[in-house]
Amino acid sequence: MTRTAAALAVFILLAVASLFAGVSDLTPGAVLAGDPAAINLLLTSRAPRTIAVVLAGGSVAIAGLIMQMLARNRFAEPSTSGTVDAASLGMLCATLLLPDMPVIVKMMVAAAFALAGAGLFMGVLARIPLSSPLVTPLVGLMLGNVIGAATSFIAYRYDLLQSLAAWSNGDFSTILRGRYELLWVAFALAALAWFTADRLTVAGLGRDFSVNLGLNYRRVLLFGLSIVAMVTAMVVTTVGMIPFLGLVAPNLASLALGDNMRRAIPLTALLGAGLALACDLLGRLVNYPFEIPIGTMMGVIGSMLFLYLLLGKRFRAG
Amino acid sequence: MIEIRDVRKSYGDTAVVQGVNLTLPRGGVTAIIGPNGAGKSTLLTMIGRLLPMSGGQILVDGIDVAHAASHALARRLSILRQDNHIAARLTVRDLVAFGRYPHSHGRLTREDGVHVARALDFLGLTHLADRFLDELSGGQRQRAHVAMVVCQDTDYILLDEPLNNLDMKHAVGMMQLMRRMADDLGKTIVVVLHDINFASCYADHIVAMRDGRVIREGAPAAIMTADAMRAIYDIDMHIEKIGGDRIGVFYRQPARD
Ligand SMILES: Nc1ncnc2c1ncn2[C@@H]1O[C@H](COP(=O)(O)OP(=O)(O)OP(=O)(O)O)[C@@H](O)[C@H]1O
Ligand SMILES: [Mg+2]
Repeated sequence: MTRTAAALAVFILLAVASLFAGVSDLTPGAVLAGDPAAINLLLTSRAPRTIAVVLAGGSVAIAGLIMQMLARNRFAEPSTSGTVDAASLGMLCATLLLPDMPVIVKMMVAAAFALAGAGLFMGVLARIPLSSPLVTPLVGLMLGNVIGAATSFIAYRYDLLQSLAAWSNGDFSTILRGRYELLWVAFALAALAWFTADRLTVAGLGRDFSVNLGLNYRRVLLFGLSIVAMVTAMVVTTVGMIPFLGLVAPNLASLALGDNMRRAIPLTALLGAGLALACDLLGRLVNYPFEIPIGTMMGVIGSMLFLYLLLGKRFRAG
Repeated sequence: MIEIRDVRKSYGDTAVVQGVNLTLPRGGVTAIIGPNGAGKSTLLTMIGRLLPMSGGQILVDGIDVAHAASHALARRLSILRQDNHIAARLTVRDLVAFGRYPHSHGRLTREDGVHVARALDFLGLTHLADRFLDELSGGQRQRAHVAMVVCQDTDYILLDEPLNNLDMKHAVGMMQLMRRMADDLGKTIVVVLHDINFASCYADHIVAMRDGRVIREGAPAAIMTADAMRAIYDIDMHIEKIGGDRIGVFYRQPARD
């Protein structure tokens, strides 16, 4: 519990720092004194950005946790299971074929593609011998690369490589009020997982345990993957992919509290949001006044954390 | 009562279980024995509806397991497979508590808590309750899996080689637990065993399988004969009566050519 409290304290510190870090001057004093320009900046830019980072970080982390439970593998997450690539392909197809549709419709198309990608991944896993825990992410990466190659080809043909690049590298610098609200929906969906935490944990014991306990395994699988797919689609299209987050946050949480989802989901979300805040903040500070997008920052910090976890005794048993 | 009617399982053209007709009465301990590959696990997992049958029918208290609602069946019948690998990092207590899932769907009541504590106590896991499963020895983990099934508190309990990895003391403890659950709590236990002497001492009824068929069936006294053992296992066994139990000794076999 003390560890959770410490994580919460760090998270709050980061959130406050994120509100007041940036190119134009904004001080807590000015906001408290009621300076209209300061308040305006806070409400239209800083607060939306901070909230967006928290929502995206928390939901990506939970999506990673769900994927790991359902695939029963520590290395699974949306970007190592073909889900992110399928979502990008879906968004690309929607952009090309349904250009006049509102963004929410395109998002649903992307979510449907993401679900198909995740389903394909689980289907392949069920049909091959999983001789090593590493087979699972390898299958996912391969699947992702195949889908990604097709996506790049189409994007190249239709001159949409720039959009594709935006989806594949997370960046919060363009977040303003009115451009991130969908992330609330993503977070609400991820939070929904908490209410079905027991079912997801039972499903994480595998098919046989699930059937023995009377759980409708396929339905829970579909439900869990749908959450993962929708969260992925929404995050990828509003801010772009944030690598490693869905891998590192759940593993850190699991190390501390184990995998009982009822306990693991809140801490995973907190760690995910905290990590995202830290990377976004660092990205704004290291090359001040220029910004390094969170996708790049997380690529560096996340991969180091991941290596640390990998070299720890965590994965050896597997 | 478990009624097994002409049950068959085949993979491609190979039948691995065929022509099995059995009636297992309510209450008591039934041991399924037989050599490797005889089809014991296949039969047990079909009774536990984890594996679809290729033909035939299995009824538990008159309910067809292949078509019954899985969640309703989970309150009557529980099954533990031979090999279980749990990737999730759960504590022993969490795992055992999930045995209550068919009853509580996650919202544990006081009564569920009593069941969890009792199952932990039965399997001697109380002092390990807050350890993670990946921090246990093989035998401790096996006991944790059995504790989960015990906690499920079903009338019928199917166990596939529950003595796997257990030392002598815990193996005896496991068999005594089965006896106790059958005698005191009225459970019906069906257990796959390789140690024929445990079957002889603790079971009420023995079913012997070979090549996918049931070849002998009866009380331990009827199965524990040199003749039956040769038919089932192809080995020469010397059967000795010790303190009312029939014990088979088979450690030295004549050299074969
Ligand atoms: N998925 C499968 N595909 C093909 N054959 C299978 C499959 N599963 C089991 N078998 C075969 O079915 C036969 C019966 O297997 P089963 O697991 O029921 O044996 P068992 O009696 O439990 O043996 P053991 O004592 O070794 O556990 C074996 O010959 C096995 O090779
Ligand atoms: Mg077997």
